[in-house]
Amino acid sequence: MNVTKKTLSVAVVAALATGASAAAMARDTIQIAGSSTVLPFASIVAEEFGNTYSQFNTPVVGSGGSSGGLRQFCQGVGENTIDIANASRPIRSSEVESCGENGVNEIIEVKFGYDGIVFASRLDQNEFALTPEFVFKAAAAQVPQDGQLVDNPYTNWSQIDDSLPDQEITLVIPASNHGTREVFEERVIHPGCESVGEIEGDACNNLRGDGRIVEIAGDYTETLARLDAQDNAVGVFGLSFYDQNRDRLQVATMDGVTPSLETIGSGEYPVSRPLYFYVKGEHLDVIPGLAEYTEYFLNDMISGFGSPLEDAGLIPMDEGERAEVLENFESRTVVSAE
Amino acid sequence: MTLSIEQRREHRLTTIEKSLARRHRKENGFRRLGLAAVLAGLTLVTILFASILTKGIPAFWQATLYTEIHFDPEVIDLPPAPVREAGETPYAFNERHTQWMTQVGLVNWQSLIDASLERALGEEVEPRQLRDLRALVASGERYALRDRFIADPSLLGDTVTIKMLAGADVDVWVKGNIDRDLPDARQQLSPQSRAWIDVLQDEDVLRQSFSTALFVNTDSRSSLASAGLAGAFMGSLFMMLVVIALSVPIGVSSAIYLEEFAPKNRLTDLIEININNLAAVPSIVFGLLGASIFIGYLGLPISAPLVGGLVLTLMTLPTIIIATRASLRSIPPSIRQAALGIGASRVQTVFHHVLPLALPGILTGSILGVAQALGETAPLLLIGMNAFVANVPGTPLEQSTALPVQIYLWQGNELRNFFEARTSAAIIVLLGLMLSLNALAIWLRKKFETRW
Repeated sequence: MNVTKKTLSVAVVAALATGASAAAMARDTIQIAGSSTVLPFASIVAEEFGNTYSQFNTPVVGSGGSSGGLRQFCQGVGENTIDIANASRPIRSSEVESCGENGVNEIIEVKFGYDGIVFASRLDQNEFALTPEFVFKAAAAQVPQDGQLVDNPYTNWSQIDDSLPDQEITLVIPASNHGTREVFEERVIHPGCESVGEIEGDACNNLRGDGRIVEIAGDYTETLARLDAQDNAVGVFGLSFYDQNRDRLQVATMDGVTPSLETIGSGEYPVSRPLYFYVKGEHLDVIPGLAEYTEYFLNDMISGFGSPLEDAGLIPMDEGERAEVLENFESRTVVSAE
Repeated sequence: MTLSIEQRREHRLTTIEKSLARRHRKENGFRRLGLAAVLAGLTLVTILFASILTKGIPAFWQATLYTEIHFDPEVIDLPPAPVREAGETPYAFNERHTQWMTQVGLVNWQSLIDASLERALGEEVEPRQLRDLRALVASGERYALRDRFIADPSLLGDTVTIKMLAGADVDVWVKGNIDRDLPDARQQLSPQSRAWIDVLQDEDVLRQSFSTALFVNTDSRSSLASAGLAGAFMGSLFMMLVVIALSVPIGVSSAIYLEEFAPKNRLTDLIEININNLAAVPSIVFGLLGASIFIGYLGLPISAPLVGGLVLTLMTLPTIIIATRASLRSIPPSIRQAALGIGASRVQTVFHHVLPLALPGILTGSILGVAQALGETAPLLLIGMNAFVANVPGTPLEQSTALPVQIYLWQGNELRNFFEARTSAAIIVLLGLMLSLNALAIWLRKKFETRW
């Protein structure tokens, strides 16, 4: 009997401890999750924020991809849900709806800059001068030939165009949990599809399934590891990642433009996307420092030209855009499902 | 035709000899196979350790600058630190203090570092070169300088030699982890910065020094060179405390009950089978369970070591129960019979006689279970412990990471050249902890071991 009593009492104590801690919890640290592209930027801001404001804790930044972050964000309102979702694509209306179902109605969108998507290969391999059309032809499931759609026959880049190197086609792209994938489809595959013609709409998104396209669900380090293992592969990276690994990677030009802070900022380099984070309006007056964090993020000193985020590879917004975003936030403009 | 006795003996002998030779051959073959398996295993372990050690050990030393910082009163133009006056309410003092702290934060600490580097280099640095100059020092050092001043405001006006971490790229360059022949466009550091590094190295201002940052700092993204393990270590410590506090008492008590008291019937058979099944459940499943029950239903905070500890407790329980039961079962029945024979109750028999003898086995099982929990990563990813946390958690309810998760995060950092070594260093720390836990288990077993 003694022993069962002991077991019971241990179980009861454990249950009490659990219950008590749940009741005593009052979160005073901002909780963020989402896009792995935004993660380095958000972490830098979080750290600087914690260092600058001694009265607030350093926010906690998790990853999980744009979709994963927004799913967590939409789980509901309360201290055990996140306050901010980072995203490398705008929120979808389906996500706004699912947020609404769980009581998250005040979603405030904050755009804070741009990131470029680059195609890069190993430094010891051939140089590439790509166009969306070439990439589409290398990646599509079906391509038109002699007026008919046939299964993609290309196995070597030089078969697509004489200007491309004689190298087996292996393309390492982000999986669909990444916001980057959407940009890859919208800015590269769709224009390429259009210029080839004969395929329309969603059929453009059908990528080949014969192993020449490798989808990476993890982060860019995994893509880099894939390039290390498979030396003829061409990978899709964020400009900031490429910038940190210039000693291993060489970047491909797109339509003849080399990606850089300047060419992406000016819009010359076509494959870029805005970066966002979404703030839960319901939490603004509950979690200390949430509004300050957002304003700090948008500060010119943090995300403007010559800022730590620019050093980390962010392409800053210009003054007008920054002012507009800040005003949007200050007036608490809420995203609505179209 | 019959064989003579001689012939038959001869025949028997050859048969025996043949079969003996065959058996010896088989035995030798098996021995060699076994030895080869052991050698193959050892080689693989050696390769693993060699690669981790060669990569990780250099990361325990880090490029560090020893420069003289002048706490220039012209730059640090501050009123004296507020002292609490008689009759002042704590709130009012707090207000004044926060105000002072904000002023301290606004001081251009970076300019003190810039000036000290200029003195060390012996040249004036033009404003357009400031970026190259600042690349030399870890950007977090300006906050370290500020905190140093706050701790000791009497430094104002003094010139002190201060140890500052060099930037992550500088460390990579000094250690030769980047190909020096690469063209400028492919280098992380500008030619100017690289030239300055040479000057500072010649003057012995920049040298390798043991990296305390690795142990006392938390993870960092804005100042990569300062990234350390302190936060992850505390997170792991809190989790292990929760695991030990919950899984050892619960696991050992249920094992004692099942082994010594429970009637043997279908129900206990079912329980036994399920405990064995639970031990085989992949850890990530416990993570999913934890995320939905502890966070979703009970409303515990995300990324908290408490939740991590609870999840790991679930994972460790079956291991501890099985180990405890095995060690109870190995106690000879004669001990129990003797105790019962001289009139001890069943509870007395268990607690006075059986349990002390089973203790070494129980301790070993528990420690190995906890060591396994210490190295577990997958379930923690699902309860948000893979977040970037720049605070050292003070309680098990504060957000935190854990050591194995920190390894996972560093492995994914963009700055490969710096973090490959850092990751291996973290692995060495984790392996060191595991080995010491295992050594503790062996020591305890030896200490309490009883032979019959």
